[in-house]
Amino acid sequence: MLKQYETVFIATPVLSDQQMKEAVAKYTKLIADNGGEVVYEENWGLKQLAYPIQHKTSGFYYLIQFQAEPAFIETLETQYFRDERIIRFLTVALDKHAVAYAAKRRENRAAKAAAKVEPAAEAAPAAEVENA
Amino acid sequence: MAQNDAQNGGIRYLNPPTVEVRKKKYCRFKKAGIKYVDYKDPEFLKKFLNEQGKILPRRITGTSLKFQRKVAQAVKRARSIALLPYVTDLLK
Repeated sequence: MLKQYETVFIATPVLSDQQMKEAVAKYTKLIADNGGEVVYEENWGLKQLAYPIQHKTSGFYYLIQFQAEPAFIETLETQYFRDERIIRFLTVALDKHAVAYAAKRRENRAAKAAAKVEPAAEAAPAAEVENA
Repeated sequence: MAQNDAQNGGIRYLNPPTVEVRKKKYCRFKKAGIKYVDYKDPEFLKKFLNEQGKILPRRITGTSLKFQRKVAQAVKRARSIALLPYVTDLLK
């Protein structure tokens, strides 16, 4: 029985874009390889931390919403602990209200992104479809 | 007159006593129909914190018990991923 989860991790700010993509790819692959399914991803980019963690004042935030077996969470968190690029992470199970909220949030963000793209060149929406 | 005295507990006032009318507090989650408190939205959660980043009691915010628990949970999650500080001064 697959359950809905959501995980946020903070990667060190010293990573390059490429390294960050690799880190994300590693975890999405890990989810897929263990019989899970990534529902949604969100990149928050570089954010200031509310308090220093490991003497760092900022970090790359990344959110992944996924479905997986409950036993998989332990595997995922072990990988987080072993990964030096990850300075903090949080995984939460989503109840039905949270899933509804997440769907709404996703729609809102998609609508916002679409509104931003529209005034730009007409080629842009096509690129957006490719990403989705 | 005797009836009036009985109503006021035997005291007769020259001017009508001034009673402070307080606005009734309400639970904003019940009113707005919010079912899930999101830990990813620190700006919203700040409404339930004081300047030191402590969670405000229900008697001040008026939140119902059900949602106070959810708010507390969300604030603690937000703190753990550094979206909100554990301790601070002048949060707002």
